[in-house]
Amino acid sequence: MSHDHPHHDDDHSHLSEMDIRIRALESLLVEKGYIETAAVDEVIQIYETRIGPRNGAHVVAKSWTEPDFANWLMEDATAAIHSLGYTSRQGEHMVAVANSDQTHHLVVCTLCSCYPWSVLGLPPTWYKSPPFRSKAVIDPRGVLHDFGIDLPETTAVEVHDSTAETRYLVIPQRPAGTDGWSAEKLASLVNRNSMIGTAFADNPS
Amino acid sequence: MNGGADLGGMQGFGPVIEEPGEAHFHAEWEPRVMAMVVLLGATEKWNIDQSRHARETLPPADYLRFSYYRIWAEGAQKLLLSREMVTETELQSGKVETPPAMIKARLEKQQVWDALHSLGGAADRLETDTPAFEVGQQVSTVNDHPLGHTRLPRYARAKRGVITKILGFHVFPDSSGNDKGDDPRWLYQVKFSAQELWGPGKNPRDCVTLDLWEPHLVRS
Repeated sequence: MSHDHPHHDDDHSHLSEMDIRIRALESLLVEKGYIETAAVDEVIQIYETRIGPRNGAHVVAKSWTEPDFANWLMEDATAAIHSLGYTSRQGEHMVAVANSDQTHHLVVCTLCSCYPWSVLGLPPTWYKSPPFRSKAVIDPRGVLHDFGIDLPETTAVEVHDSTAETRYLVIPQRPAGTDGWSAEKLASLVNRNSMIGTAFADNPS
Repeated sequence: MNGGADLGGMQGFGPVIEEPGEAHFHAEWEPRVMAMVVLLGATEKWNIDQSRHARETLPPADYLRFSYYRIWAEGAQKLLLSREMVTETELQSGKVETPPAMIKARLEKQQVWDALHSLGGAADRLETDTPAFEVGQQVSTVNDHPLGHTRLPRYARAKRGVITKILGFHVFPDSSGNDKGDDPRWLYQVKFSAQELWGPGKNPRDCVTLDLWEPHLVRS
């Protein structure tokens, strides 16, 4: 601690310059009539609690248990996913890609941070970070290694760089030992990273 | 543009590290920025491509050093200023000094959920011609380095690939991000082998797909 900045227990003394700038920005935009504070709170609440990877897990588990839905998802992911009510922004145009022993899919956005918010919620920090965005296209096997996955040379890695408004959802392989499981129970095995391609679905414990 | 945002293929950032706990936000101001940017979309003072361009035109050193939501905040402030929705003095003080600009709409709390689900961000448009390329066709990407917004990244220019999907007739960001209107074009998924992009040392099975518009492509 610098002697020039005496410590205060008051929380407000810990506000960063950015906190102060953004508070000023919000009050300015509210006073100008461009946004409403309650709507800001509502957007945050929706993305913190209501739109997240459970949506995607539902899509994946349904595709594991209903072959017709799985076919629809491969042919027209937009219609199949919208039919479940997952129509929120950053999910207007969807493509689903299914992992197999032959091909492993990995999704990135090298130019910004395009991500299927409608089915996965807000992207994790690593997805938006320069290490991932730079490396995923030139060294996807290295990225997978960073996540603890070492694929055999005989499995093709197919990377999808989200350069348009199309959003990619990876359908991980269904774990062994889950025969007869309900879609609901299967959904509990579908972790967020498995739908980006940086993980497998969880094994039944 | 060959800016700080065009990261594909850069090296030296180190491993991808997943943080424990994985909070969406790392400071009190970050969720406010996320939500304000989402809500400002309803004013229709800019489109998504212009907002991406506002971020990628940050000086490369700033783009790489700023946190993600800092980049969003800087981009939003640039747009607010350029649309004369706020002034520099107002941004400094947080106090209103000039009348507000005309906006399309302000979302109220009760409208947020429906607005987020309205598919208002759909980028497809009524088709006015037929696709020039078909699935399976060999194409090359153009070798162009425009100063403005483009969705053809540096690493995929002047490369040979194959059309793997016809995705629809979509707003062309290389136009709309440069204030030149939607100018919709056919959008394709194009597959490039890892060896074509990165040389013979790569696994011959590996590939990268990009979603590219017809003006990015020529027959090969």
